[in-house]
Amino acid sequence: MNYYALKTLFVKEVVRFSKVFLQTLLAPVISTLLFLIIFIHVLEGRMDVFPEVSYTQFLLVGLVMMAVIQNAFANSSSSLIQSKITGNIVFVLLTPITPFEFFLGFVAAAMLRGLLVGLGVFLGAVWFVGLPVENIFVVLLFLMLSSGTLAALGVIAGLWAEKFDQMAGFQNFIITPLSFLSGVFYSIQSLPDFWRVVSVFNPFLYMVDGFRYGFFGHADIHVAISFLVVLFFFILLSAIALKLLKNGYKLRF
Amino acid sequence: MTAAIEFSNVSKRFDDLKALDQVSFSVHEGEFFALLGPNGAGKSTLINILSGLAKSHSGEVRILGHDVVDEFKMARRSLGVVPQEIVFDPFFTVREMLRLQSGYFGLGPENDDWIEELMVTLNLDDKADVNMRKLSGGMKRRVMIAQALVHKPPVVVLDEPTAGVDVELRRSLWDFVRTLHKRGHTIVLTTHYLEEAESLCGRIAILNKGRLVALEKTQTLIARGLEQNQEITVLTSQTDPQLPQALEKYLIAKDHRELRFRLNREDDSIAWLLSMLEAANIDVLEVNSNRPDLEDVFVSLTSQK
Repeated sequence: MNYYALKTLFVKEVVRFSKVFLQTLLAPVISTLLFLIIFIHVLEGRMDVFPEVSYTQFLLVGLVMMAVIQNAFANSSSSLIQSKITGNIVFVLLTPITPFEFFLGFVAAAMLRGLLVGLGVFLGAVWFVGLPVENIFVVLLFLMLSSGTLAALGVIAGLWAEKFDQMAGFQNFIITPLSFLSGVFYSIQSLPDFWRVVSVFNPFLYMVDGFRYGFFGHADIHVAISFLVVLFFFILLSAIALKLLKNGYKLRF
Repeated sequence: MTAAIEFSNVSKRFDDLKALDQVSFSVHEGEFFALLGPNGAGKSTLINILSGLAKSHSGEVRILGHDVVDEFKMARRSLGVVPQEIVFDPFFTVREMLRLQSGYFGLGPENDDWIEELMVTLNLDDKADVNMRKLSGGMKRRVMIAQALVHKPPVVVLDEPTAGVDVELRRSLWDFVRTLHKRGHTIVLTTHYLEEAESLCGRIAILNKGRLVALEKTQTLIARGLEQNQEITVLTSQTDPQLPQALEKYLIAKDHRELRFRLNREDDSIAWLLSMLEAANIDVLEVNSNRPDLEDVFVSLTSQK
């Protein structure tokens, strides 16, 4: 492993999103906080969630996870497709960086962006929404696994897409619906039977639900199941991304 | 002696198109080598396979003995490539780009002196902290050259580096590349400016339709043209004289009183040409034999079916 090369790729990706922080960090924090304010204004006191947990607390934790996974995906996918379309990806491809180092560099930077946006949402809301922390280890575990999973999916999408249009389709038809329908705004126990069954096929549900368990000690699904599902998707998507990188999929012709 | 670059039976297809067909040749260490061919001949595909940007369907490519697939790390450390298209990362300054490129090769602050030296040599030092977007095309090209050299590769490939570059920059780039060659770097150049290849390169390979059609020392290649054909310019006293039918096929240019013929050295002679002109009552004032240049050889080789 060439650690210096890996560090360089990671730093390059972090500097890239930091240079446009209004778009990559501040904007998603603000829009997520707007969700929070509007939804708690409309729904606080009207929705039953977990015992002794207010809807505001419930929603805030869901929104933090939604911000984390959406931004982790956005970073690796947009950086890769931009580099491919502008052609500057060759500067990395011409070097001795291995597919594994390439993967780690992109995924680690994407995770950091997701986590920074999640932290921004948390800090923006925590002064008016008090949150208990039942198990900090579970909180961190789900943050890392979920952001890593979406960062790996972003690498796959970035490799697959050849046009910004395709990437927008991936974001709008897969990532956004799955994250909105993952129980961020509601408990799946409140859904009709049909939609409750449909929801269990949404992997994002397990990310949000396991993350909530870390704060409240309550979840719709057993935390061990959520952990295993998220771990499975993390391993699966990482393996696919690594295989594509190793084969030079849409990179080396 | 280990070859700087070795292509062995390299083939590549794009669907039904044979981009490269069993290409084999070597570039020796320390050589200044030209890879020529018309558009679509397969030059860039070959360079992409060399640099790992493309995969061959069969054959092997080695850089200083390292296989570009199985030993890609060592192969890429030995190679610096200046791509044909101008590409840059709009997020970074010149210095940042060079430090990042250096870092990708595992080189940290210990390489900063070389980066500064490169920027000074390529007249980029006053643009070091300028964003790449704000540079002219020529400046961006210089940054790409600096990026290719940032890890001090022994083998440097320049894929049409002077395409679209003004005369002054072209000259300064060639002076710089000559200096690199004197320092011991192996240089491989593709260019459309044949006079550049003729004046700079010791040996030339010509690709046409994916096949290697020539691999010679530059002077041998030009001499080959000299062996095959010779061009004769004849100045006559008449304007637009009527040529005998037998000479029409040898005529390659006609400008008032000047006639240019291409004769086959083996079959035709100047004496025969002059006798034909005399028989047609064309008064010859002056006869000149023109030395063929690389362009003549190139056209001759790449126009063959």
